[in-house]
Amino acid sequence: MTRALALHIAVLAALFAAQYLLPPYHHTNIARIMVLAVFAMGYNIAFGYTGLLSLGHALFFAAGLYTTGLGIELWGLSAAPALALGLIAGGAIAAATGVLALRTGGVSFMIVTLMFAQAGYLTILYFGQYTRGDEGFVITRAARSIGPIDLSADTPRYLTALALFSVALLINLALTKSRLGRAMIGMRENEERSRMLGYNPFRIKLIALVISGLYAGAAGAAYSVLFGYVGASFAAIQYSILPLLYVLLGGAGTTLGPFLGALLMFYLIDISSGYTTAHLFVVGAALLVLVLFAPKGILGWVRDKGAKWLP
Amino acid sequence: MAAIILSARGLTKHYDGLKAVENVDFDLKAGQIHALIGPNGAGKTTFVSLLSGRIPPSAGTITFDGEDITQLPAHTRVARGIAYTFQITSIYANLPVFDNVALAIQRKGTKHLHSDTMAALARVGLETRADQIAGTLAYGHQRLLEIAMGLSMNPKLLILDEPTQGLANAEIEAFNALVRAVTPQTTVLLIEHNMDVVMDLADQITVLNFGETLSSGTPAEIRADPAVQTAYLGG
Repeated sequence: MTRALALHIAVLAALFAAQYLLPPYHHTNIARIMVLAVFAMGYNIAFGYTGLLSLGHALFFAAGLYTTGLGIELWGLSAAPALALGLIAGGAIAAATGVLALRTGGVSFMIVTLMFAQAGYLTILYFGQYTRGDEGFVITRAARSIGPIDLSADTPRYLTALALFSVALLINLALTKSRLGRAMIGMRENEERSRMLGYNPFRIKLIALVISGLYAGAAGAAYSVLFGYVGASFAAIQYSILPLLYVLLGGAGTTLGPFLGALLMFYLIDISSGYTTAHLFVVGAALLVLVLFAPKGILGWVRDKGAKWLP
Repeated sequence: MAAIILSARGLTKHYDGLKAVENVDFDLKAGQIHALIGPNGAGKTTFVSLLSGRIPPSAGTITFDGEDITQLPAHTRVARGIAYTFQITSIYANLPVFDNVALAIQRKGTKHLHSDTMAALARVGLETRADQIAGTLAYGHQRLLEIAMGLSMNPKLLILDEPTQGLANAEIEAFNALVRAVTPQTTVLLIEHNMDVVMDLADQITVLNFGETLSSGTPAEIRADPAVQTAYLGG
């Protein structure tokens, strides 16, 4: 077993043990952070590894969230198939977005993805009679279970979030070690060189974006079932920016960065909002410090300081 | 008489009235080393960029290995066996040397990525630097890495755009030996300013001037051509 794999398994083991140690409030928080970290990991696959700076990932998260939520509430699906549909929806919407948005690059790509996400947000509001718009809807507690397991209860919820997080993290780790992962990084580092080695940039980027969308869709789908609420705010611009901030804070292009970023940012907001209503000021200050002193994020900094093996 | 691996007919590239490449007919014999020379601004890089598909032509056709590739995108041409090394070193500067070559080797497909990559690095003498970040290599080593990336694709045609620029004399010797060793399996199209290298390596030479073919022939014929002497060789 390599150092990298050992580290990842240790993190997962620590998260498993944490459920016995944490008070209820933090117990729920960590479950939520793990789901958001899956979203951020997906974002990192596009942004951190492939160099695609998207401002539209809320669309893919919302695709999972709404497909699963509406699947249960509107079409009467049980949780398991609704979750699977949510995952697929994230990937499918990312594919559709990518086919068009990947004709552009750089700033244009940011704007086009942002526009797609805004169009998705407005679509959710437009169909308010089904989606209940901004107000959103609550998923019936009885429907939030797989077989006999009630996913709205604390322990199953935590374990489900951990299971999803574990699978997502290990796939991410495998991806970074794979040939596809190397080709994605090549696209980030020098697209023209990659093209002249015979890689089709459009194809590699589209694959990365679809994987990214599957992660976001899975996170959205899990969020709706585990926390029981679906609302348009999850499709708004904030939810495109959040994963970007998580990734920048934790370290773009690192496997554990998205989780670390989500964890720190979540508690930064949580703790600072206990002292001041200007908690976003604290977030802004933290990001300034980060950009000035560790522009590659925390784990990017650690990697530069000698832990080169950190994936 | 060797078979023609690549030919261009009426190849033309205009930039807003500037005739970078004008109606060039060009044939490349398989297995040979063919040098492309000419003064600065003669259109050499533009011409090979048209061949490799980095830029689309304004007119003309390109045939490679018996098929018309004029409309194919660059990455497809690479997959068919046209490798291109950049005039201005273009490596993955932030990645280890190993990954630079591995990216070239995995694209053509192999079951032994690690050993194949190390072998390709050994070919240019960089095997002890596999873990070094490519951007921290000395300039000459970066050029060698770039050439290793081109070679490790096992191309049918290798286009080298001023490969010896900035290399020391000893490195040029090694480079010449390397290029000779890949022929005749690989056909080499070489843009080169160093006349010693050209005269040493080339089987055929084409001289471009103002985007047009000035002359074409063996080194001896080119040396004897008065038009070339006037335009280029300092006549």
